[in-house]
Amino acid sequence: MSQGGRLIPSEVASRKAANPRYQLYHPKWHRPRYPIFWWVDRLAYLRFITRELTSLAVGYAAVLLMVEIWTLGRGAEAYQRFSDLLGSVPVLVFHGVVLAFLLFHSVTWLNLAPKALVVRLGRRRVPDRLVLLGHYSAWLAATALVVWFLVGR
Amino acid sequence: MAESITIEVRRYRPELEDEPVWQSFEVPYRDEWMVLDGLNYIKDALDGSLSYRWACRMGVCGSCGMVVNGEPVLTCATYLSSFAPGPVRVEPLQGFPVIRDLVVDLQDFVAKLKSVKPWIVRDEERPLSDGEYLQTPDELAAYKQYAMCINCLLCYSACPIFALEPTFIGPAAIALAQRYNLDSRDQGSAERMDVLSQHEGLWCCTFVGECSEVCPKHVDPAGAIQRYKVAATAEWFKSLLPWGNR
Repeated sequence: MSQGGRLIPSEVASRKAANPRYQLYHPKWHRPRYPIFWWVDRLAYLRFITRELTSLAVGYAAVLLMVEIWTLGRGAEAYQRFSDLLGSVPVLVFHGVVLAFLLFHSVTWLNLAPKALVVRLGRRRVPDRLVLLGHYSAWLAATALVVWFLVGR
Repeated sequence: MAESITIEVRRYRPELEDEPVWQSFEVPYRDEWMVLDGLNYIKDALDGSLSYRWACRMGVCGSCGMVVNGEPVLTCATYLSSFAPGPVRVEPLQGFPVIRDLVVDLQDFVAKLKSVKPWIVRDEERPLSDGEYLQTPDELAAYKQYAMCINCLLCYSACPIFALEPTFIGPAAIALAQRYNLDSRDQGSAERMDVLSQHEGLWCCTFVGECSEVCPKHVDPAGAIQRYKVAATAEWFKSLLPWGNR
């Protein structure tokens, strides 16, 4: 095949014939194209994409809240009409889906918090589980406050 | 138990073909063999033209990173028996240009790594007569995890963002920058922040998190990047203050 690390002339000729675009001793990199559907290759990628897409539900919920406040400012009649719309079956079903997306986004987002938040108490690093517990406790406390405000006062 | 196992290797021989092709080899099945042992058998006994990198065979040098059955792994630390009865599909690391067979081009990574100054930067060196820079065990513990990186680039291969945005500096380089930022002897964090606060630095990362999952040394580059983002954001807010450094 080769003599002293170099291809013998007949070998050069046969390889050039195999791929005429190849120039001997000139690197020719292969640059693979990344597939458009790369995110279906691995479950972790699919979970990531779902997490990112469910942020649309977070945005929708924020806009919905602002619209509700805006409607409230337009008077009782306008607010009642808006409440009736929210109470209709198709909107309720849609908001059920939005709620599922919101919960998925919130849980996956909170679970990542210890990665970014390194808390130290004196010389010791607070374990990730405690950081998580703090986040979930704050979430539960905020939820309890809202529930109390809506029904318990 | 089978006496042999099939290894399918994604081959790219630029003098023969424009696109990579799969080639199958039958290698002896041994419980104690790693995937790298299988590749070495191919090279020694079946086809000497197979090209790949390896060196230490003990998970230290970081040379033998490849994609095996879709997962970026160190082939010297991955048993063939994990994939029995086979076939075992071996590909080059994803996201890098392929030079030949399983060998990828690392020049781009090396340039990116250099740009974050992965060494101790001092404003002013102390005279030798002052002795060495001492560290407490706590100061060592602050950065030790990130110092375990062996530049095997499995994290780059697992990162879809790196494959989609080739300008992204990438997980290992950022983790190594963080390693020096957290070193009590270092004074170069501001210089590194200038590079990493750019879009192709920290902000390209969308926290897929797979870089940390595949890291054979548990360096957790994803965590390093998120911590860096927190620090960069805090710096930016501080710069807005009247007494900030803007």
